[in-house]
Amino acid sequence: MKLNKLLTSAAVALGLATGAVAADDKTKVGFVYVGPVGDGGWTYEHDQGRKAVVAEFGDKVETVYVENVAEGPDAERVMTQMALEGADLIFTTSFGYMDPTINVAKKFPNVKFEHATGYKRADNVSTYSARFYEGRAVQGHIAGNLTESNIVGYIGSYPIPEVIRGINSAYLHAKKVNPDVEFKIVWAFTWFDPAKEADAAKVLIEQGADVILQHTDSTAPQAAAQAAGNVYTFGQASDMAEYGPKPRVSSIIDDWAPYYIARTQAVMDGSWASTDTWHGIGDGMVKIGEITDAVPAAVKEEALALKASLADGSYHAFTGPIKKQDGSDWLAEGETADDGTLAGMNFFVEGIQGDIPQ
Amino acid sequence: MDLSAINPVLLIASLMVAATPILIAAIGELVVEKSGVLNLGVEGMMITGAIAGFATAVETGSPLLGFFAAAFAGAALSVLFGFLTQFAKANQVASGLALTLFGLGLSALMGQSYVGVKPPQMGDIHIPVLSDLPVVGPILFGHDIILYFGIALTAAVWALLKFSRAGLILRAVGENHDAAHALGYKVIRIRLMAILFGGACAGVGGAYISLIRVPQWTEGMTAGVGWIALALVVFASWKPWRALLGAYLFGGVTVVQLNLQAAGVAIPVEYLAMSPYVITIVVLVILSADKSSAPAALGRNFHASR
Repeated sequence: MKLNKLLTSAAVALGLATGAVAADDKTKVGFVYVGPVGDGGWTYEHDQGRKAVVAEFGDKVETVYVENVAEGPDAERVMTQMALEGADLIFTTSFGYMDPTINVAKKFPNVKFEHATGYKRADNVSTYSARFYEGRAVQGHIAGNLTESNIVGYIGSYPIPEVIRGINSAYLHAKKVNPDVEFKIVWAFTWFDPAKEADAAKVLIEQGADVILQHTDSTAPQAAAQAAGNVYTFGQASDMAEYGPKPRVSSIIDDWAPYYIARTQAVMDGSWASTDTWHGIGDGMVKIGEITDAVPAAVKEEALALKASLADGSYHAFTGPIKKQDGSDWLAEGETADDGTLAGMNFFVEGIQGDIPQ
Repeated sequence: MDLSAINPVLLIASLMVAATPILIAAIGELVVEKSGVLNLGVEGMMITGAIAGFATAVETGSPLLGFFAAAFAGAALSVLFGFLTQFAKANQVASGLALTLFGLGLSALMGQSYVGVKPPQMGDIHIPVLSDLPVVGPILFGHDIILYFGIALTAAVWALLKFSRAGLILRAVGENHDAAHALGYKVIRIRLMAILFGGACAGVGGAYISLIRVPQWTEGMTAGVGWIALALVVFASWKPWRALLGAYLFGGVTVVQLNLQAAGVAIPVEYLAMSPYVITIVVLVILSADKSSAPAALGRNFHASR
């Protein structure tokens, strides 16, 4: 299964190796992508960020990217190659690149690395991520209102804190507006496999779900929902507006452009330092795509109000009282979750059925 | 756990859909291997078929034309492989792998303006009365035409290989190309035709993913189905009906696995994920009583002077 990816990225890495040696004063910025730039979701948005860097700095910057890089040793090879090619700054854009990034960064202390969605840092490794769970709170609110069967399907990728946090956030806010709501969760164990994602969506629809949330990168679930007719979906990572106004009724959009521009600027100025960035709706890193007219006006208004309160910080998506799935207390009345707990979240909140695969 | 949430009828119906692209590609490769050629480029031909079929269907509004274009595109790509291996005597394994890489790149290039486009729908066939039957109706009579084509193709290839003179010649070429050559058969020509057929089948299999199963275009969307089809040919010990069985097994386990998860069955997902391979091993052990094995000339190049 992975052989083709492996060979593709090996071939691409080889292509890079034979490319021109950049020995000029341009700042060279590398991007390592987990999916194809045409996935319409996660990788697509990162590549939009890369294009924004090119648009901002023009001739002063040179960008390179390698797509479809498998998480694991393959990623390490691609990063090493980029560093050897003279990259000054390398963005590695998937959780599974965390250890490879740290390993390669040790070997190239003069190259700056930026790892998306991880938690390991070093003097030349920053981490950055977006508070997608804020967006998921808004989606959960809409989903809880829209469902008539009271079954919401959720396609998870890997059982990592990032995904679990999203499920919890969406569930809590769906539950708030619809106490009878139930989440059916399917793990795809892939970030990007349209056929599998389509199958997962079909299975959830067959088992009664009339709203599908996803944490995988393609638009296949939207297509499956459209074929099924009376099912609602949300854009993931990217707007996916081509499926509006229905089945796609809203979306979470990742906007990396300002961050990529700022970090490239910092390398140019020599002011780059290792940091940990975690921005949400308020900082504009997470955006909510247009809520379409398929959503009742009152629900839309509430959703926008929720978005506004998350943006100005007057409301936190994880505000107590919240219990864990096993019934133990987590957050007391009015208490909000701290970032440390959120970053390492490995439990479901009370009410969600099913176990997290270990 | 709520197993009642799983509808076995819908399960079998969706299992058949999941299996069809694997089946069509595997049947094509089976014919290629029967002729003594190992083409590892199935994945590349499938993805090229997927975009060619998608683009044609979108431009013309006809999914059926899309499938014809996909068959043509898959065959066209296989011509490249045929030229390299049959005339230039290139190594078949290396050429096949190169074909996959080429196909992945080419399809990404061709597909750039088709990301996010919706294809025209291929309607399911609704035979009055029959498709309304409970249980049997949705399973047997409620699918798209390509799914039936896949089953018919299996039967046709089986009959051709087993009963026809053409099938006998094809097998002779695959078993011993020198002997076939001595008898006056055009080894290269026969192999090229098999390669073209395999390419066309892979193309149709790919288009099934982009036009019916998903249906949309994204880069890399075949996601390894071509490799499964390749493995399936070995699994089926070069027998068409076993390929059908194997395709349903592989397609089925994926769908069943997702169904069980959604129903909240507390089996660790890892067991479910590895189950197709466990089943494969068990089936292989059972089938090992069957002594028929790979075509003897598989992967060997032919030159009339030797």
